[in-house]
Amino acid sequence: MPVETWLIFLLGFMILGSIVALEIRDILSSIVAVGVVGLALSIAFLFLQAPDLAVVQFLFEIFALIILVCAFVRKEFHALEPARASRWIFGFTLIGLAAILALSLKVFRLLPAFGRPLMEVSRHYLEHAAAETGAANVVTAVILDYRAFDTLGEITVLLTAILGTLTVLRTRARSGKGGDR
Amino acid sequence: MSGLEFFVGHYAYWFVVALLVLGLYGMIVKRNFVKKLIGMTIFQVAVIIFFISSAVKKGATIPIADKAVGTAESGLYVNPLQHTLMLTAIVVGVATAGVGYALLVTIFRRFRTLNEPELMERMRREREAAEKQGNDA
Repeated sequence: MPVETWLIFLLGFMILGSIVALEIRDILSSIVAVGVVGLALSIAFLFLQAPDLAVVQFLFEIFALIILVCAFVRKEFHALEPARASRWIFGFTLIGLAAILALSLKVFRLLPAFGRPLMEVSRHYLEHAAAETGAANVVTAVILDYRAFDTLGEITVLLTAILGTLTVLRTRARSGKGGDR
Repeated sequence: MSGLEFFVGHYAYWFVVALLVLGLYGMIVKRNFVKKLIGMTIFQVAVIIFFISSAVKKGATIPIADKAVGTAESGLYVNPLQHTLMLTAIVVGVATAGVGYALLVTIFRRFRTLNEPELMERMRREREAAEKQGNDA
């Protein structure tokens, strides 16, 4: 099968998985469905010519799925049934989303067609990365050399997120009632 | 550009818009907090696919220097910039989702529910009880 057929199949599969994840009533099944969407994304990256992203996405998705399933496997968590939204919110949301769909038609007319990207900035990276940084992989050359401060900021975000998670989870456990730790 | 040519030429973007709208729908309409976070994850997935599919080039190879191709001919490699930006976006997205789930666990420990209407009801009841206690004292 050609690459494009696989890509269309994977993207359609992801849309199907998201619908299942949002509409299924059991929370644990919904988390597994969103994990399937993430795995399909990591395979779609391979067909979209991005192997670095495929590896990163695969790693993060597996870890996130394991942790989430461990957290939500308790009966009281995943037996929760989601309540129905009011009809007004539902109607307004549908109108708004239809407007987004219609507007995206106009916006995408300005973009170049799929498979023919704009290369003005990245031409410099592609032609000079090997000589200037010594890295064969242009993606790592940009991340760790040209945009090193961006990566530093990303690590700061990650650290802040870990600190926030620890703070949120610890204050409850220390107060001693109801917590399971 | 004719309509059909436009539709077929941009085919990956239609899937992206469908995912984007699904994520927004989940965030707005669903009343369960886990479903809202799942909607946010789907929205992020849509944005990441949008950027990556704007980097795809037909007949080109991955952005890793190949001796057989050489680096002088930049037209034979896909655009690497979107890949680097989305590498950051994936990490930040996972961090955001992690903090979100930690908050959900805290909310569940405190109120024993993750559904929005029940949570509002319990918060209101708790506040009324606190006000009554304040009036008594």
